[in-house]
Amino acid sequence: MATLNINGKVHEVAVEADTPLLWVIREQVGLTGTKYGCGVAQCGACSVHINGEVQRSCSIPVSAVSATDRIVTIEGLSASASDPVQQAWAALDVPQCGYCQSGQIMAAAALLRKKPNPTDADIDESMTNICRCGTYQRIRAAVHMAAGMKVAAAGATTPKTATPGGGS
Amino acid sequence: MKSTNKANTANLSRRRFIVGSATVAGGGLALGLPLPFGIDVAASSAAAASLAASGPEVNAWVVVMPDDRCVIRIARSEMGQGTMTGLAQLVVEELECDWAKVSAEFPTPGESVARKRVWGEMGTGGSRGIRTSQDYVRKGGAAARMMLLQAAADEWKVPVAELTVSNGVITHAASKRTTSYGKVAAAAAKLPAPDPATIKLKDPKDWKIAGKPMKRLDTAVKLDGQLVYAIDVKVPGMRCAAVKSCPVFGGKVVSFDQSKIAGRPGSPRAVEVDESTVAVVADTWWRAKTALDALPIVWDEGPGAAQSSATVAAHLKEGLTAPGAYAMRQEGDALKAIAGAAKKVEAVYSTPFLAHATMEPMNCTARITPERAEVWVATQNGEASLAALSEASGLPLEKCEVYKHLLGGGFGRRGGAQDYVRQSVAIAKQFPGVPIKMIWSREEDMTHDFYRPISQCRAAAGLDENGKLVGLHVRVSGQSINAFLNQAAAKDGRDDRQLQGYYAAVGDAQLGYTVPNLLIEYAMRNTHVPVGPWRGVNTNQNAVYMECFIDEVARAAGADPVEFRRALMQNHPKHLGVLNAVAAKAGWGKPLPAGVHRGVAQFMGYGSYSAAVAEVSVSDKGKLTVHRMVLGVNCGHAVNPDQIAAQVEGSVAYGLSATFYGECTVDKGRIAETNFHTYEILRLAAMPKVETVIVPTLDFWGGVGEPTICVVAPAVLNAITAATGKPVRSLPLKNLQMV
Repeated sequence: MATLNINGKVHEVAVEADTPLLWVIREQVGLTGTKYGCGVAQCGACSVHINGEVQRSCSIPVSAVSATDRIVTIEGLSASASDPVQQAWAALDVPQCGYCQSGQIMAAAALLRKKPNPTDADIDESMTNICRCGTYQRIRAAVHMAAGMKVAAAGATTPKTATPGGGS
Repeated sequence: MKSTNKANTANLSRRRFIVGSATVAGGGLALGLPLPFGIDVAASSAAAASLAASGPEVNAWVVVMPDDRCVIRIARSEMGQGTMTGLAQLVVEELECDWAKVSAEFPTPGESVARKRVWGEMGTGGSRGIRTSQDYVRKGGAAARMMLLQAAADEWKVPVAELTVSNGVITHAASKRTTSYGKVAAAAAKLPAPDPATIKLKDPKDWKIAGKPMKRLDTAVKLDGQLVYAIDVKVPGMRCAAVKSCPVFGGKVVSFDQSKIAGRPGSPRAVEVDESTVAVVADTWWRAKTALDALPIVWDEGPGAAQSSATVAAHLKEGLTAPGAYAMRQEGDALKAIAGAAKKVEAVYSTPFLAHATMEPMNCTARITPERAEVWVATQNGEASLAALSEASGLPLEKCEVYKHLLGGGFGRRGGAQDYVRQSVAIAKQFPGVPIKMIWSREEDMTHDFYRPISQCRAAAGLDENGKLVGLHVRVSGQSINAFLNQAAAKDGRDDRQLQGYYAAVGDAQLGYTVPNLLIEYAMRNTHVPVGPWRGVNTNQNAVYMECFIDEVARAAGADPVEFRRALMQNHPKHLGVLNAVAAKAGWGKPLPAGVHRGVAQFMGYGSYSAAVAEVSVSDKGKLTVHRMVLGVNCGHAVNPDQIAAQVEGSVAYGLSATFYGECTVDKGRIAETNFHTYEILRLAAMPKVETVIVPTLDFWGGVGEPTICVVAPAVLNAITAATGKPVRSLPLKNLQMV
């Protein structure tokens, strides 16, 4: 039995303690936007945020997550895909097959929270998820675009409320 | 006839499955993708839900809703290559409806069979999606437009020639009347289809939707987790299966000990799938997978267990010089010309087995009852899936149905073989009426692929005293895809497909060089490893061999690699045109920053002409950086330039993954690389800047998804040689510690 806070909602799940968080999210909770790609924390398709940090959920046993940890999946990143990262992804038609993109978007959103205006080197270092279709060039451009959108959004509102990752 | 069609339309509409819905309801479902372009992402889910309403089917390709929204039927599979959007653009160009009100849906293979294959071929491989269906889908759009206009003319009792249409609004200027497609669609659907001879397609020069960088129809659903891939399917009452096949190809199951997994959570049950495969079925996939890991299985590994990469390499090496090779092209006397040449060049190359490694591992959900067989699946060939389902279930085609999901990657893995469909059906048959979702672990996926065939090549050339190429001999020794999948096409080792890109014939995969004495040979050397088409298929290896060797020959002649090629390409203006476009864009011959070097390659496949220039540097420690790649393609018509650029960018990543890291080695008969830690894939940090040059000549239709991959590796390898002075003749570069 585990208690999980996912996208602001509390879920009680009956599951073995060593079940990876990924599979609890997909099978017990039923949110399938988070993907299985490798099971060994290599590809990042399973990326979620735990307390704001991007994590590879395939390699985290559910027992390592406490009821107070705030888990955010792609479904909970924003209302109506309104996060600047999602908007930039749409503007540049980043996805091809799209299977890895939940993880890519979660990684990019976490990066921008830490570094609102990342350099190419920051992007190289943080965006390590595998995309087999090879959308990397557009991912890089979209991260920069999302950063610009955040800056613009921050300029349009009062600086106090324009926290990075505010997502509106 | 018409009433049959109408009945089917209603049927299809009832069956439409909205991508955004998380749960699949029971019954027959066609995967619809109703996402109007132009709406914001926020509105997409609501729009998707509201589009589930039915509307009149004007013809097989076009359904028009009363509120003017148009659903375009797409027969080919969408696996990221953008075919769905491109085909919709072609239909809409002729239909003249409002692109902002367009969505797309996939008819099911069962529906296609029931309607005598009205949508034509569903197979999506060989970069054929657009080029082999462009004519009839455009005619489908044009025919629908003619019927919609006729319906308006009939209503107003005016000659149809007096009507004009724009964005789905029909106007009769003389009487100042207007109506819209949605209002006349029901009447149009009752009209006979126009005589095909009266359908005139637009000149591509006049295109407004096709040929333009329209946004993809399927982006919004790929941003927030709403798209239901096959691996995400939920069918009421479903159980999940994990599978394990004998690690050695050709090996068999001897026994497994069910008692050892008794009492585990999820009520796991082990079943034999086929002679080589065991499955465990449980309430969730993770419980099935962990139970399978705990299940003792005894294998008879068979004779394949004696094979290794070394035995395979020796087998291929023997083929490089053995008598009896198939000479596909024999023009003049190459051996004599080389023997008598002023200067001789020789080289031996090799390329490894490669796994497809689609991000979505193989999976399929099947529900089998005595009366009906259904699968939910990611497939590049819905009809092949239907045939596999029928065969494996024992039910006739009309009792079978396939629900096609957007693929989480295809690359050739999900085409003809359909092994994963057969497996899931074999499991589900043992649980009648219970939907079984079978998912392969990444390890299973990587070690039971149909690999890109391994090959070696021996090339020899002769130059005269002026540095002119007088003779060229290329022999490829390696495994044949046809021998594995289509033996008739590989009879007696005469397998042209393994020499893809070296053909004399115009139009598909023609060699772009004219050499007075030319010998192109193939020595078939098969192994126990299953092989199949891998995005770009044999153009990838053959371009490495030809283009790296031509560079070596150019160097021996003391010539510039581009100039040397140009001299050989005078009879091949389309090949040359792309080479010239790329050389110009890359600034070939112009100075580069210190330490940066260029390499070039050109090749042809899938009806399209490709060329690339790579800019690389090699550090003092021998480490490679690829800084920039310029790729050019002439695919005849450019239906969506932005999506062509996306495919080109993707081909650079796919090609560089293979160039840097890609290798499946054989150890004790099995594939040694089991996951991404040993089968590495290019990541963002190593991605060079890619510039795409599209030079369509508008006089043919070529493919896009595959043709540009093959020039990536040789351009990079030639640039490495320019940097180091040493040719690279074996892939991947990780074995040379360069990456």
